Amino acid sequence: MATNPNPAPRAAERPVHIEVRDLTMAFGSFVLMRDLNFAVRRGEIFIIMGGSGCGKSTLLRHLIGLIEPAAGEVLYEGRNFTTAAVEDREAMLRQFGVLYQGGALWSSMTLAENIGLPLGEFTDLAPDEIRQIASLKLALVGLKGFEDYYPSQISGGMQKRAGLARAIALDPAVLFLDEPSAGLDPVTSRLLDELILELRDSLGATIVVVTHELASIFTIGDNSIFLDAETRTMGALGNPRELRDHSANPGVRRFLTRGASLLETAPKDG
Amino acid sequence: MIAPAAPAPSVALERDSSGAAVVRIGGDWRLRHGMPATASVERALQIAAARSIRLDASGVGRWDSSLVSFIVRLEEYCRAHEIESARDALPDGLARMIALAQAVPERRDARAIAARPPLLDRVGAAALEKFAGIGDFTEFLGEASIALGRMCAGRARFRGSDLLEAIQDCGASALGIVTLISYLVGVILAFMGAIQLQQFGAAIYVADLVAIGMVREMGAMMTGIIMSGRTGAAFAARLGTMKVTQEIDALATMGIPPMEFLTAPRLAALVLMMPLLCLYADLVGILGGATVGYSMLGLSLNTYLHESSNAILTATFVGGLVKSVVYGVLIALAGCYEGFRCGNSSSAVGDAATRAVVESIVAIVVACGAFAVLFHILDI
Ligand SMILES: Nc1ncnc2c1ncn2[C@@H]1O[C@H](COP(=O)(O)OP(=O)(O)OP(=O)(O)O)[C@@H](O)[C@H]1O
Ligand SMILES: [Mg+2]
Repeated sequence: MATNPNPAPRAAERPVHIEVRDLTMAFGSFVLMRDLNFAVRRGEIFIIMGGSGCGKSTLLRHLIGLIEPAAGEVLYEGRNFTTAAVEDREAMLRQFGVLYQGGALWSSMTLAENIGLPLGEFTDLAPDEIRQIASLKLALVGLKGFEDYYPSQISGGMQKRAGLARAIALDPAVLFLDEPSAGLDPVTSRLLDELILELRDSLGATIVVVTHELASIFTIGDNSIFLDAETRTMGALGNPRELRDHSANPGVRRFLTRGASLLETAPKDG
Repeated sequence: MIAPAAPAPSVALERDSSGAAVVRIGGDWRLRHGMPATASVERALQIAAARSIRLDASGVGRWDSSLVSFIVRLEEYCRAHEIESARDALPDGLARMIALAQAVPERRDARAIAARPPLLDRVGAAALEKFAGIGDFTEFLGEASIALGRMCAGRARFRGSDLLEAIQDCGASALGIVTLISYLVGVILAFMGAIQLQQFGAAIYVADLVAIGMVREMGAMMTGIIMSGRTGAAFAARLGTMKVTQEIDALATMGIPPMEFLTAPRLAALVLMMPLLCLYADLVGILGGATVGYSMLGLSLNTYLHESSNAILTATFVGGLVKSVVYGVLIALAGCYEGFRCGNSSSAVGDAATRAVVESIVAIVVACGAFAVLFHILDI
């Protein structure tokens, strides 16, 4: 694919799963990002990075159809998602699992019910099997034993993890995660990274992750896009480790080295 | 794309050549297509009285978390029943997923908190909560009075724009529905009266009936009921949502008393707007009556309005307005109180709004009765 100059060698032969063409994101006349072009391959972990407020969550919302693009389109397996008829779109949506930035758990349901709802809607499982799967998903995110808790009874980081458990309830083919490890301790954060890698390797899921955690980016990222708030378009595309070492864009290198290249040139102030 | 028919997931308990029990797992395991029940395997294990088993997953094709869940459950069963289990030919990823699921041990104390207490406990707790509710409400009433006092003294902390917004919300925006309902109430009163009074040739007294009925009772009462459904519910929902999203906590920790900041402008807005709305409702109701008088009884508009204005005494008129102010206070208190004590979920917000409406309507009707007695004693 011409849109992917720096593919990780291992992933290069995989078919394209998600393709974004000339996407422009705007709220009214306020253009947030323009001319985004990239492709995510099947079974790849794709990182969306960029400064706070540059439009990462908004890009995610475009990918899952919560916001209509101002221009351009999003394709899944070559089928146009943006212009798809309602039924086709619903069928595609059923392949998605989404973790929202704020968790977005249903506050009047227990964690087991939160995870059980999609299972009950879209599978033929019996109630105790649903419960069993819900327990497994909670165990995968390190929340075994919290099945009967309400979202308001657990901590913010736990809500985030429960949201992830709900996102993977149906073993989705595409997983969208908005800052999965924000607000988590390093150990739990590692555990989540391992889970994400495992979801890719064992279940073959394509995973799109918005994250700021450098450790996480380098551990799990196969490919990545950097949204540049200044130029209002993509600043770089490629494997995050390669971008860190070889990117032509100084903003990208600064981001991936926590501003180290900024300190090299700027005078230190105590 | 035509997929070959997937072999259904299968589980079988067999004996191998050496006589050891083997659980053979095969087929495609897809969550969306259901999974075999662990119960049947567990029963088979019981019957066979096996002391050790081997899991053989070499026949598995495609798999997802249904298989992970199945194996985790089976191994838990084995542990609980002291059956030794060994894994044989498990796909690599599967073993790693199982390891991840078991990486963080269950928090033992977690289940205790969520357990459901017995019935008697729950009845007792509910009763205690009701009693505590009375105390809570008294406290709320006190705080609200203090807030209102500070507001009258011009020392309350709230934003002027909030007050204006609340005034618009429970004043101008409510005019449409108040017009519609009061007009219809006027028409209904006149219509009922007309049928009876016509029989005695006293049709002109329909004007008195409608005027007194509207000004004394119905004007204030109907606006009160409309406003409790419209504004009281909105107050409760808004404050309840603020509670859920911790906005109220944010005010409190910043040293801004939420009671003053949130309750005072709403209370003030209703106290200011209710008498105006009530006045307007009286007028529209009388016009509704006049429509019936004109079209059904052949009374001229002039005669009707003259008769109406003669019927209304100043005391009745003022009494109606006083009532509307009191109803406004009741609606604001119910709405804000329920909003402040809202729980922590989206359904709690719905419950708060419902309770606010029910409580304010009950309070309005009770107050209406109390006023009737009071006015009778005072001879108004
Ligand atoms: N509904 C909306 N209407 C108008 N502007 C919006 C809307 N939603 C988001 N924005 C703007 O879009 C920009 C990007 O928001 P977004 O939530 O995508 O940021 P982000 O990159 O995810 O940031 P963070 O890392 O802090 O989560 C922000 O400047 C925000 O003000
Ligand atoms: Mg965001």
